[in-house]
Amino acid sequence: MSEEIPSVDYVEGTGIPVRGNDIDTDQIIPARFMKVVTFDGLGEFAFFDQRFDDEDNEKDHPFNEDQYQDANVLVVNSNFGCGSSREHAPQALQRWGIDAIIGESFAEIFAGNCLALGVPTVTADTETIEELQDYVEKYPDADIEIDVEAETVSYDDRVIEVTVDDAQRKALVEGIWDTTALMKSNTNAIEETAKSLPYVEDSEPRKGHADD
Amino acid sequence: MSEGTLYDKVWDNHKVTTLPNGQDQLFVGLHLIHEVTSPQAFGMLRERDIEVARPDLTHATVDHIVPTGDQSRPLDNEAAEEMMAELEENVREAGIELDDPTTGDQGIVHVIGPEQGLTQPGMTIVCGDSHTSTHGAFGALAFGIGTSQIRDVLATQTVAMEKKKVRKIEVTGELGEGVTAKDIILTIIRRLGTDGGVGYVYEYAGEAIESLGMEGRMSICNMSIEGGARAGYVNPDETTYEWLAETDEFKDDPERFEELKSYWESITSDDDAEYDDVVTIDGSKIEPVVTWGTTPGQGIGISEEIPAPEDLPADKQDTARRAQEHMRVEPGETMEGYNIDVAFLGSCTNARLPDLRAAAEIVKGREVDDSVRGMVVPGSQRVKAAAEAEGLDEVFKEAGFDWREAGCSMCLGMNDDQLEGDEACASSSNRNFVGRQGSKDGRTVLMSPEMVAAAAVTGEVTDVRELPKTEVEA
Repeated sequence: MSEEIPSVDYVEGTGIPVRGNDIDTDQIIPARFMKVVTFDGLGEFAFFDQRFDDEDNEKDHPFNEDQYQDANVLVVNSNFGCGSSREHAPQALQRWGIDAIIGESFAEIFAGNCLALGVPTVTADTETIEELQDYVEKYPDADIEIDVEAETVSYDDRVIEVTVDDAQRKALVEGIWDTTALMKSNTNAIEETAKSLPYVEDSEPRKGHADD
Repeated sequence: MSEGTLYDKVWDNHKVTTLPNGQDQLFVGLHLIHEVTSPQAFGMLRERDIEVARPDLTHATVDHIVPTGDQSRPLDNEAAEEMMAELEENVREAGIELDDPTTGDQGIVHVIGPEQGLTQPGMTIVCGDSHTSTHGAFGALAFGIGTSQIRDVLATQTVAMEKKKVRKIEVTGELGEGVTAKDIILTIIRRLGTDGGVGYVYEYAGEAIESLGMEGRMSICNMSIEGGARAGYVNPDETTYEWLAETDEFKDDPERFEELKSYWESITSDDDAEYDDVVTIDGSKIEPVVTWGTTPGQGIGISEEIPAPEDLPADKQDTARRAQEHMRVEPGETMEGYNIDVAFLGSCTNARLPDLRAAAEIVKGREVDDSVRGMVVPGSQRVKAAAEAEGLDEVFKEAGFDWREAGCSMCLGMNDDQLEGDEACASSSNRNFVGRQGSKDGRTVLMSPEMVAAAAVTGEVTDVRELPKTEVEA
């Protein structure tokens, strides 16, 4: 398969605010939806228990509201994505339609998982985020532009400064966020490192037993 | 930037190169995999026609979906059976060792690694599970990764990472009676916040940490991620080496043990190491801790009052209000006397032999309260067997506990072990998130295994120090 990785230097679209600090990955995707061997179809389960009651009636949640159904820029508060390492969480958000997340702060594993999917996680201070959430609520159809390289978000004739982690920015802008092929090309250096470690017994890579 | 810490040394030893995006490529010494987060990664490898690079450094088990009751195949739950079969097929193709329930070695991934001696100081260890930080108890650099990173590790035995800062957390003094490692880590998270560790690795040190056995150190490192730190570690010492000498890896190979011991000693933090931050906590002032809310940072000492949201920092108030509504607690009350419906003794935080022993000492001679269903889920098949050899199973069963097979169980509610409706659970696990234990209205109160035992027999959150212990003799 081709290893062409697209650059993600720019995301444009409309916003959807999900308010609250410490929104954990169990809320983003409850564990019972993880009994699957692919990520396909996870989008419909994003925030499931926040969106539906026991009888599957819709509850108040931005992901249920008509005006946000085409949104692709999620706006959140602090420590978003804390908890489990499940990549199912960003996978569910991406498959629901989210292309970028703007927030006060993100849990590390979550942000790393987003990067592996080419989803920027950009940060700004509390006040800036709350203003943006208010704006999106008021004008759900308004355009929001994230310039990953310039670290800015533009909306309503405003340009706000945001922060994109250095490595994340470089990876997204230069299209090097899918690291498998990149790292695989360093085979000799990997071998050397392995040989230098006293606990790695057999530093000759073994072949898989495809035929046994 | 830190200098001369274990973290710096292990990082440097494992650094392959710096990638064009600025991240470092790190060699992975041990890759642990389980049935929930790995199948998609194997799928991605197949799509790209890539083989597993180092099956010899990869080790698999089943823990997340495995039932803790009837484990006969095919499993009753079709989705669980599919995931189990998928893992079996993937490891067979790649030549990876799998500890399934037929081996006697199966268990929670963060319990079996250490007990078999796979987990060693100075290693890099990754797993598609955030509680991989547990292995830091041995002085390994261990952290959770997502499925795309699992793909990277399977394909290359390396992972792309950015170096973090190091915060030393020194816990001084001697712990009081009835106070455990769990109470230390819940105190740390309360003090530094659930996001206080973002961007940091935690080095746990000080008398109160050093005097803990390996299991206590594992409980602490396990919950580093609950404080936002992706990894946490304790410098290896004689306690660590004594554990390792008894494991499968070294018990018949003292030469190799001695050879590696010099490496282990070389990677400990220097006396004059520099840290990005140092925090000191007086361990002698800690009392048994329980959570009142829905994040692990919302904890209080058993005698303390639940805080009023308006008395908390501005950014914690809204979360606290929602948490108190969910948990149905009021500011000014203590958690003592909070009614419990379920007592869960298990999880990668607290389901090792000393955890079960300590709980059994509280349970012995008492009965699980009529209003409570109590369950014990040992962390591994080996823990279960060892506990049975000591007669702990009989103590629990006589008291009315359900004695189950090893797995993650009600910590995350992926198998049938779940809360129902708005049940309140005294839990020795690590997360009290809304919905975590399988019911979105369920209420989780985190605490030590001893405290779970006390809650089970009284039917309410209880100060374990008020219940006399009875020694359990094998």
